[in-house]
Amino acid sequence: MKTLLTVCAGVIGLSVSLAHGATGADSYNIVEKGRYLSTLGDCTACHTIPGKPLFSGGVILDTPFGKLAGANITPDQATGIGRWSFEDFQNAMSKGHGLDGKRLYGAMPFTAYTKVLREDNLAIFAYLKTVDPVENKVETNQLPFPFNVRTSLIGWNLINFKEGEFKADPQKSEQWNRGAYLVEGLGHCGTCHTPKNLIGGDKNDQFLTGANLQNWVAPNITSTGQDGIGAWSEADIVKYLKTGANRFDIASGPMAEEVEHSSQHWKDEDLLAVAVYLKDGAKPVEAAKPVAADDGAMVAGKAIYADRCSACHTPTGEGAANLFPKLAMAPLVNSNDPSSLIRVVLAGSRAGATDAAPTAPAMPAFGWNLSDENVADVLTYVRNTWGNAAPAVSASEVKDVREGLRAK
Amino acid sequence: MAKKLPSTDVVVVGLGWAGSIIANELADENLKIIGFERGPWRDTAADFNVASAADELRYSRRQDLMARTRQNTTTIRNSVTETALPMRSWGSFHPGNGTGGAGNHWAGITFRFQPHEFRLHSHLTERYGKELSPELTLQDWGTDWDEMEPFYAKFDRLAGISGKAGNIKGVIQEGGNTFEGARSEEYPNPPTAQTYAPTLFAEAAKNLGYKPFPVPSALLSRPYVNSLGVAMGACTFCGFCTNYGCANYSKASAITTVLPVLVRKPNFTAMTNCEVLRVTMDSSGKRATGIVYMDSNGEEWEQPAELVVISAFIFENVRLMLLSGVGQPYDPVTNTGTTGRNYAYQTANSVRMFFDDKNFNPFIGGGAIGMGIDEFNNDNFDHSGLGFVGGGSTRVTPIGAAPIDSRPLPPGTPTWGSEWKKATVKNYASTMSIGCEASSYATRTNYLSLDPTYKDPLGRPLLRITFDFPENDRKMAAYVTAKVGEIAKSMNPRQMVPSSQQGHWNSAPYQSSHIVGGFIMGADPKNSSVNKHLQVWGVPNLFVVGSSAFPQNPGYNPTGTVAALAFKAADAIRTRYLKRPGEMISV
Repeated sequence: MKTLLTVCAGVIGLSVSLAHGATGADSYNIVEKGRYLSTLGDCTACHTIPGKPLFSGGVILDTPFGKLAGANITPDQATGIGRWSFEDFQNAMSKGHGLDGKRLYGAMPFTAYTKVLREDNLAIFAYLKTVDPVENKVETNQLPFPFNVRTSLIGWNLINFKEGEFKADPQKSEQWNRGAYLVEGLGHCGTCHTPKNLIGGDKNDQFLTGANLQNWVAPNITSTGQDGIGAWSEADIVKYLKTGANRFDIASGPMAEEVEHSSQHWKDEDLLAVAVYLKDGAKPVEAAKPVAADDGAMVAGKAIYADRCSACHTPTGEGAANLFPKLAMAPLVNSNDPSSLIRVVLAGSRAGATDAAPTAPAMPAFGWNLSDENVADVLTYVRNTWGNAAPAVSASEVKDVREGLRAK
Repeated sequence: MAKKLPSTDVVVVGLGWAGSIIANELADENLKIIGFERGPWRDTAADFNVASAADELRYSRRQDLMARTRQNTTTIRNSVTETALPMRSWGSFHPGNGTGGAGNHWAGITFRFQPHEFRLHSHLTERYGKELSPELTLQDWGTDWDEMEPFYAKFDRLAGISGKAGNIKGVIQEGGNTFEGARSEEYPNPPTAQTYAPTLFAEAAKNLGYKPFPVPSALLSRPYVNSLGVAMGACTFCGFCTNYGCANYSKASAITTVLPVLVRKPNFTAMTNCEVLRVTMDSSGKRATGIVYMDSNGEEWEQPAELVVISAFIFENVRLMLLSGVGQPYDPVTNTGTTGRNYAYQTANSVRMFFDDKNFNPFIGGGAIGMGIDEFNNDNFDHSGLGFVGGGSTRVTPIGAAPIDSRPLPPGTPTWGSEWKKATVKNYASTMSIGCEASSYATRTNYLSLDPTYKDPLGRPLLRITFDFPENDRKMAAYVTAKVGEIAKSMNPRQMVPSSQQGHWNSAPYQSSHIVGGFIMGADPKNSSVNKHLQVWGVPNLFVVGSSAFPQNPGYNPTGTVAALAFKAADAIRTRYLKRPGEMISV
């Protein structure tokens, strides 16, 4: 059924693109390539509201500076990119310039997309031109003053943006370079996983070492550090991205959406290339020192864990594959920033569902019957048992996240 | 008037075990399927949260997962000479509601029926001849063990049943139930660990020469990825099991095994909070044209379909057929008609034992965690000269002694006050019970029909149950309870209290939700409603699936067989019916 649908859609895509004047016998292949590349780039995440027409825009992005909305990128003449030439599109991807030289905000990850090869942009653009045009005017800039003044972006770009296509490293394998191209370019992993400076630019010297956004921690996905993914094999990385779950972890929050929309559809060889790239440069981890087991918070946390957590996560923190995340030696559990853990205990979280892992299990919310101190204690225990070692969690940190959630 | 919707390939009525299994199988044929469910969408993550699922007041006392009697109930009487009255709160049984149906709050005990059950009338006639009581209207199922076994195996793999085989391909297996039919393969998961009471029972049974085995359980012994790729967890013995949804993804139900996959299929649509009012038929009466349903706004819609599958709880299966004029209603006086015929139940017996020196930690448990023996079940023993046929599954399965309901007190204890409190403290942890869930055999006077007086809020007649325990079953109950009493006695309790099903059926105390018959399967359209493929005689594009198809009830829990029949019907549709749609399947 699915295969059939894809083929049908492809045929429609072909006829429409011909109508738009694309030439050459290869236009079918170019459009299909563009379709796949747009999946790699997860364009729908910001440009499609679930249930609304594809790429018609309007997805609200909460940034520390205010709200931005994903643009309508359907080929509608008035409200989409129907009037754009390919060069306009290339400028948006590589320079962060919209039509008429208007500068785009960094929420559109052109700081990563600048690495996308021109030939790939050609394919993506050809594909976008085949999508149904939808008239939907989106006010992309909903920031308050002074952030809504786009000229400020000239200075922002000077500090935070380095333009230029991806250049392969001849010292590395073709596979490694493919992985680097995907991670640094279309995959735009750094948009969430790289720490940000005060004005929201990437701290590129700390590429992919983890960041906090909207009370979710995008963890360290380098192979270095107690909170990194050094213990994951290449197969573990591929499985996580393909299914949303592996023996260590289950995707939740924004990453669950990424897996559902994007990475579950990536080709296996692309996922493997990503894994090879991320695993490169793994360094042995220097064991951190856990909080002592007889610490008051640890003793209290142990009792709460036995009562409230151990049924699913098991008394040894091993969990159950594809169902209950493993807590022992899990990177996120060992992250310096406990925000995601606090958030998940207070508000619960649901895993994404994929064809390969359809269960979509959930962590229930405990915010209604565990106090700030209870949550702090149980997380301190989890973060410092079974080989884990991470700073203790304080009740005031829990209080902050609780208030942040309430404000939403 | 109902507004007519565009036609679809298949409608499936009821999204419990049977409907979910069939819808999922047929979705793989690329058919466009719409599933209807009178209750809400239920989902482990949203509805059965580990932080709130263990709520005895909500789920056990207030029956949160059951249908509301105000929405739909039955009327009840013991005999045709009485006027039936409506059941205003559930007592004897617990019909479910919402996706997953009664399969959310079931106990999880998953026996297969034995080979001789499928030809019970022939078998008992061959063995006992004229001794068989004329009171009984036992029938063969029109199918046999060899046809059923592959579908039982399919369900085992879907649900991750945990157990120990007693017979693999004819080779008897040590430690399993040696009375079971030959299985094609071992259970997908090993048996769960056992708590103290079942362990003591198994020792006592063994000492008396019986062969105890772990009760086959849909509460999983270990994490499992099922045959559809859905992940399930290991049972934690939390004790909030029967009457509750499972928060740990460890009790198999349609919502933990099938629906996560089914809802991802683009050719499947679920319509929840939609009550199906009737099946629509063409003027010949030989073709179902679809169904009429009411949505939650009270609007009526007609959904035409090429194929109609009715897979609700037994009561609604039979009632929809009566309301839609499918088959001739059964009349016990003239002994004509088939719709409503051979209604049967389950015969519940037990022996409770009070000890002084034991601590069973009874709060640890699950609906299907326990040990059983089958020496007194069905036709596993010689009934010559006993004056009855049938028997029961003897077992100890402590489901978890929750604080409100669990007051195991010896007879004569005051029902309130300080003596009552003292007796509670003394007996709570030191009491156990051996159950014997026994067969219920059909008679001419036990049947289902539409009530002439009482109607549901939409003006449709309620279903009327006319039932009493047959003489055969009461004799059987006395016999098996005495046998269970011998085992209990050998365990040296301070006091034992046998309870055998005697007297009339009383609808007030909970007994069992194992209700069967009324639209039974068989080889002959004169005395059955559906053929062995669950296809309605004379209406080839209508299939009715569920325990409504059982001609009588053996001494086992029905769910495994309901699910096997669902796979069987789906297989018949996929491999036979779709090749010649609109025709009766001939083989």
